[in-house]
Amino acid sequence: MTGQSIVLAADVPFPPSVEDFYLPSIYPWGQHDLWFTKITVLVWVAVAAIIVFFLMSYRKPQLVPTKKQWLAESIYGFVRNNIAVDMIGPQGVRFAPYLTTLFMFILVNNFFGILPLVQLSPMSHIAFPAVLAAITYVMFIWVGIKKHGIAYFVHAVKPNAPVGILPLLIPIEIFSNFLVRPFSLAVRLFANMFAGHMLLLVFTLGGFAMINANALLAPISLLSWVLTIALTFLEFMVICLQAYVFTVLTASYVQGSLADEH
Amino acid sequence: MIDLYLAAAEGAEPHNPIIPLWQEIVVGSVAFAVLCFVLIKFVFPQMEKTFQARVDAIEGGLKRAETAQAEANQLLEQYKTQLAEARTEAARIRDEARADAEGIRQDVLAKAREESDRIIAAGNEQLAAQRESIVRELRSEVGTLAVDLAGKIVGEALADEARTRGTVERFINDLDSAGRR
Repeated sequence: MTGQSIVLAADVPFPPSVEDFYLPSIYPWGQHDLWFTKITVLVWVAVAAIIVFFLMSYRKPQLVPTKKQWLAESIYGFVRNNIAVDMIGPQGVRFAPYLTTLFMFILVNNFFGILPLVQLSPMSHIAFPAVLAAITYVMFIWVGIKKHGIAYFVHAVKPNAPVGILPLLIPIEIFSNFLVRPFSLAVRLFANMFAGHMLLLVFTLGGFAMINANALLAPISLLSWVLTIALTFLEFMVICLQAYVFTVLTASYVQGSLADEH
Repeated sequence: MIDLYLAAAEGAEPHNPIIPLWQEIVVGSVAFAVLCFVLIKFVFPQMEKTFQARVDAIEGGLKRAETAQAEANQLLEQYKTQLAEARTEAARIRDEARADAEGIRQDVLAKAREESDRIIAAGNEQLAAQRESIVRELRSEVGTLAVDLAGKIVGEALADEARTRGTVERFINDLDSAGRR
């Protein structure tokens, strides 16, 4: 009860700002740099959790899977069959391990955005989506060069169109394939997570701000918090969808590089 | 805590969310590289292997089932053939047995008839022989009786000739008639 009144009386900052995403370091001795913040710790936790989960559930694989093994296999099977093979074709199987790793990394990191007591996704810092997008970028260009040699770049930018319209199309293709792709990948994921966190902040802190401003606004504060819960469910959808979209787009770019005809 | 944080934030210039922090890029790259290394090296190849093993197991199982099915069909066919053969055999044996039984019955009947004929014939013969011997005995006995009687009567007649004359005459007459007969 006292705890609650303290919380209610707390002077919460409103409106939330970009600075809310940049939390201080969490060294126990109060040092300040950017190597050991909530965000970086969460990334390591995600990596550790995924590794532990897969190693534990796949330590002794059996023909008739246990529940855990089945779960791990379903995740891999989903990405392998529904993304890699569906998008790229039979040769997509060799990209399935990377795509699954990518999918799990994004999914778990995204999920921190709505995990109670954590509620901040590392993916809301553009550095991490940017790294992943850069890997995708290098990968699809590398795959294209390996498949077609230097002619890949001609493949990639020259659409199957009448010669007259090519001067118009080729710059567009270069722009969209080699300049926009990595940015759109990184920014799409980052912006979704950033906006999601911001939305939750606005509704949560807004509730406090209103109840602090005027006790009569309490019902609206309550509504605001109820909406926070509803938005958390929406966030969950966005989290899964963005992990899926990032993986599918990576697979799609790889497929474009492997295709014989553009 | 909040004061400290605000102070720290005020001290630095405001962050631009679209500019990545280089420390985070390093952390992200290293963390993701570690994740990729472990999963791609140790986990997913194992999974592919398991999938393959599972496919093999299922296909092997199907093949084994097919073989077993074929074998079972062959056995069934064989049993059916054998059963049909056995049926024919049984019918044949039954017919033979029936024919044998008929033959035996005929034999027994014939023998029995023969036997009865033989017994009847023997009886007849015996009867005839007995009759013969009886007749022969009777003849001799009748002669003796007749002589005895005649002797007696002749003895008596000497005492009372007149009384017995009639009797002797009658006896003689009887003998005559018996001998004539």
